[in-house]
Amino acid sequence: MSQNISSTTGNDAALQLEIAELMVQALNLEVSATEIQSDTPLYGSGLGLDSIDILEIALVVSKRYGLQLRADSENNHHIFSSLRNLTEYVAKQRTR
Amino acid sequence: MPTFPLVTHQSPDQVVAWQQGVAISLNKFLGDVAHLAAVLPAGGHMLNLCSDRYHFSVGLASAIVSGKISLLPPTITPETLRQLQAFSADVFCLHDSDHGAAELHQLRYPVMPQSYPATLEIPQIDSQQPAAILFTSGSSGTPLPHPKSWGSLVRNVRAQAERLGLLGGAARTIVGTVPPQHMYGLESTVLLALQSGHALSSAHPFYPADICSAIEAAPMPRVLVSTPVHLKSLLEAELDMPAVEMILSATAPLSAQLAKAVEMRFNAPLLEIYGSTETGQIATRRPTQTPEWQLFPGLRLTRQGERMWASGGHVEIAAALNDVIETTTDNRFLLHGRMADLVNIAGKRSSLSSLNHQLNAIPGVLDGAFYMPEETSHDHVTRLSACVVAPVLSRQALIAALRKRIDPVFLPRPLLFVTALPRNSTGKLPREALRMLIENSRLETSASDHPA
Repeated sequence: MSQNISSTTGNDAALQLEIAELMVQALNLEVSATEIQSDTPLYGSGLGLDSIDILEIALVVSKRYGLQLRADSENNHHIFSSLRNLTEYVAKQRTR
Repeated sequence: MPTFPLVTHQSPDQVVAWQQGVAISLNKFLGDVAHLAAVLPAGGHMLNLCSDRYHFSVGLASAIVSGKISLLPPTITPETLRQLQAFSADVFCLHDSDHGAAELHQLRYPVMPQSYPATLEIPQIDSQQPAAILFTSGSSGTPLPHPKSWGSLVRNVRAQAERLGLLGGAARTIVGTVPPQHMYGLESTVLLALQSGHALSSAHPFYPADICSAIEAAPMPRVLVSTPVHLKSLLEAELDMPAVEMILSATAPLSAQLAKAVEMRFNAPLLEIYGSTETGQIATRRPTQTPEWQLFPGLRLTRQGERMWASGGHVEIAAALNDVIETTTDNRFLLHGRMADLVNIAGKRSSLSSLNHQLNAIPGVLDGAFYMPEETSHDHVTRLSACVVAPVLSRQALIAALRKRIDPVFLPRPLLFVTALPRNSTGKLPREALRMLIENSRLETSASDHPA
């Protein structure tokens, strides 16, 4: 059981880094993927992405993982409230 | 005194809006408007932040029937809220989520009665009544107000409906990917529906899959109101597009290539609208057929020096246009890009002088200037850069201070810290010198592997 949990966490950490790398690459961000903390807000303050960036990342992520992003609440940008949140969303919805 | 009705739908059962699959009848709309009007605060100015398009429309209409003016600023930052309060101390905020504007007196969109038993009358509104004030960012940093009378708004969208062939015929459902709080969304997703018997979809979808769902959920025939940024992301998302009768695009010109791809994918005509906050919409074109824009009837373009001015028709106060315009016939013209100082990023408009003013107003900034690189393509969003002399400020602190003052789309990428700006002996900053400074530093950064 505990092994399962740690392996899931390990996968998520790898996925999180992979997504951070996709973002840095797609947007030419002036930070490295490892510098993006998992609880830093991606939208607005924090990493400072705006809605144009989010559409761009949504596209890259949907192509890479075979999913379509959908607003999961009234707030269109909620998925991008943190890298962790985005990673969890991708982990749940991915088809590849 | 001429008047225009609040809404042109006539039978009490006629659908005014679709909200999450539920039809909102004319009578329900009129009831909701009266219900909200009865609980509005005393203040004469409303900042309407409702994100649900139907809630926004009820808010707008309730302000109009109460003789209040809706304020529509280009962006919501702490600085704009402060400026709105300075503009009108009695401004209050109507909102429908947990994210209102805490700085202002707030009213949350109320829970409405399910229906109204009596048949309600359609209010007639004096065409001279001030209905809304839209703002653009002024070059001195203070937003410039552009008042709109009810008559000018109505005449504008009726001319639009006529031009687009949306007067009469079947009732369409209008689905928008743009917010109703700016001129384009206000006209094309709210007033167009209310003033030509169509229904608006309350949704404000953002992701391509959500846009497709919102279109699918809307009864046919449908009109999609969008922008080049959203249309491009829709095309790239590899989704099946639901049927639409017509697509409207505004905020920036589409390339002929993207326009053609959109028409092929949707199998529907794409029409572009040209306008500005000052003038409202003034021309349309179908870019797959012609690069020429055709003015709305009754409008005129007149050159004064470098600038072209629009007047006539619904344009009550002649206004200078922000683009370089070549007239080809009396009522047709070509666009050749923006005037030098102006910036338009994904439909958000500002000027370099306004942005520079905001940058230099930050305590700790000794000197600073924004730079707009040449746009390489219509369909790719080009971002601003900036150079700043601010020895005591950290990058983070400066960005945070800018974020309070300007819309995030204008935040500079990159933001360079320098010891001095390359000003010439008269203190002017030649664009070319700024370009060199920024490009050289880009090269150095990529060569030295500096994390910046």
